[in-house]
Amino acid sequence: MSALFARVVAHRLFWPVVMLLVLFTINLIAFPGFFTVTIRDGHLFGSLIDILRNGAPTLIIAIGMTLVIATRGIDLSVGAVCAISGAVACSIILGSPTPGSLSTVAVAVTVAMLIALVLGMWNGFLVAVVGVQPIIATLILMTAGRGIAMLITEGQILTVNSPPFKFLGSGFWFGIPIAVIIAAVVFAVAALVTRRTALGMFIESVGINPEASRQAGVRARGLLFVVYTFSAFCAAIAGLILTANTAAADANNTGLFIELDAILAVVIGGTSLAGGRYSLVGTLVGALVIQTLVTTVYTVGIPPIATMVFKAAVVTAVCLLQSPTTAEALRGFRQRLAIRAGKGVAAS
Amino acid sequence: MKKLIGIAAAGAMLVALAGCANGAGEASGPKPLDELVVGFSQVGSESGWRTANTKDIQAAFEEAGIELKFSDAQQKQENQIKAIRSYIQQQVDVIAFSPVVETGWDAVLNEAKAAGIPVVLTDRAVDSKDDSLYESFLGSDFVVEGEKAGAWALAEFADATEPVEIIQLEGTTGAAPAIDRAEGFAEVIAENPNLQVVASQTGDFTRAGGKQVTEALLKSNPGVDLIYAHNDDMGLGAIEAIEAAGLVPGVDIKILTIDAVKDGMQALADGKINYIVECSPLLGKQLVEIVEQINAGETPEKRIITEEGEFNQEQAIEALPDRQY
Repeated sequence: MSALFARVVAHRLFWPVVMLLVLFTINLIAFPGFFTVTIRDGHLFGSLIDILRNGAPTLIIAIGMTLVIATRGIDLSVGAVCAISGAVACSIILGSPTPGSLSTVAVAVTVAMLIALVLGMWNGFLVAVVGVQPIIATLILMTAGRGIAMLITEGQILTVNSPPFKFLGSGFWFGIPIAVIIAAVVFAVAALVTRRTALGMFIESVGINPEASRQAGVRARGLLFVVYTFSAFCAAIAGLILTANTAAADANNTGLFIELDAILAVVIGGTSLAGGRYSLVGTLVGALVIQTLVTTVYTVGIPPIATMVFKAAVVTAVCLLQSPTTAEALRGFRQRLAIRAGKGVAAS
Repeated sequence: MKKLIGIAAAGAMLVALAGCANGAGEASGPKPLDELVVGFSQVGSESGWRTANTKDIQAAFEEAGIELKFSDAQQKQENQIKAIRSYIQQQVDVIAFSPVVETGWDAVLNEAKAAGIPVVLTDRAVDSKDDSLYESFLGSDFVVEGEKAGAWALAEFADATEPVEIIQLEGTTGAAPAIDRAEGFAEVIAENPNLQVVASQTGDFTRAGGKQVTEALLKSNPGVDLIYAHNDDMGLGAIEAIEAAGLVPGVDIKILTIDAVKDGMQALADGKINYIVECSPLLGKQLVEIVEQINAGETPEKRIITEEGEFNQEQAIEALPDRQY
């Protein structure tokens, strides 16, 4: 029994899951109807659904980020790519004579995705071919990208009146939010492609030791290229969802700081920034923790001035609990407890 | 007109001469307008309002033939401080800026003062004990806007016998409009104890923020009667959240906002927003006047308030066709 407990505690997802449950409990105390999910207007409605729906863009980006981080890289440009894809899609829809038609939206979404793929290849080119450090390579697009998005929107917030586009952000399919379905598909595809084939192992090997994996015959260059392109692809999907959510492209704010949330989700999920082993399930939990944190702030009514401090405290707690040093200390503490308990039994 | 400028210039020269006589030696006399350089640091372009503000200022300076150096701080104070420092280095004639947040400006404004460059605040104020750090503050009185919004809420719910639950969507935490609009509103509605703000969260002045906050707050406060948003964009986000919850915005839950940008006015005309207090972004002309005054060696008024109105649904329908922003 205690051996099982020790194994559960030692699992790298133990503390993130505990934190998620703690946040759920706090919400439940502040607002007893937190777990209630009802059907309203033919779709699911409730706080949990909101968390899933609003967390979907962060999760999608975090999935791409997980693979990038597994190669010992990082992609800071995802927020800017979000803004660009939203801006491109909205300006195409606005420029078309039939903004409400499905084909217009299909064209807009396709073009936005293609542009994002090119941007991802640019990142991949800088990292894999030119050999620029990932943090610098993607910083270029992070800084320039918002400028590009601003140029596309001419500094305006582009409001579109297009039901099919809006559907992408706030629509439902069989009662489930479209954004959640898209996130689930991206997650499933990433998990299948990297875990059912050797691709995931190659990614990890490049992250652990690029030179050794090259000598073992892993083509690191092509792999990095693919990983950064996939990350931009994920960012574009998230950007389209975020933009469709309010039916407005806001070059300044769409996906602002989302790269940090995504990196945080990956780290909370137990994937090391030093590359190597990664966990997509961990990233999923990480993204849920972050979004639940946001919702908790609203439900509990934490004053806006204290919000940042609250978030920082929670994130610090998760990271500290997860760290190997803390795990070591906890193990020692438990052993001492067990010894003391053993002595107690012997004495009586 | 030429004559007028001539007279003004002559007058300013006298002032400048007097200045020299006093040994202060700070004003070097008025420059011709086409030699003037003004550095302007904008908050960002977070909303339609801000974009209209930017365009109006750029247009006004172009018309006056004054060179305007423009920079966008993208909502970050550090960007704005950098921009102001670079303007000081370039030795522009006047620096104008809309501070992102209220505090933390003393150091950089002292640098401007030491360099002898006058500073004009537009639209938002700074919280500093030393008001000699800037020449003039041109902009709306956000407290008054909050009071106007509060007055509408008082009248709208004057007959309410039960508590009226209000959700407040605040602007960016620490920003002057967010602080003042909350303050003015709270002061006025205190008159009727039935009006209660049950929840107040920041939506960062954006649609996405307004939507997400409203979604969460609607669930924990299902009995809400009124949403008071510090700008139109958050109100527009709230509309989306209310519709997603299967309720009718403007009917089941009333919405009261500040700004009156085009998208907001459209929603008001459609009956989704119930009332908008205007906060006019068109202050380019007044800013040019202040710059000309400073150039002429005159002292502009310390506080200049922009002219603004209020709109209900009929007035919005009437005003909508002429709305530029």
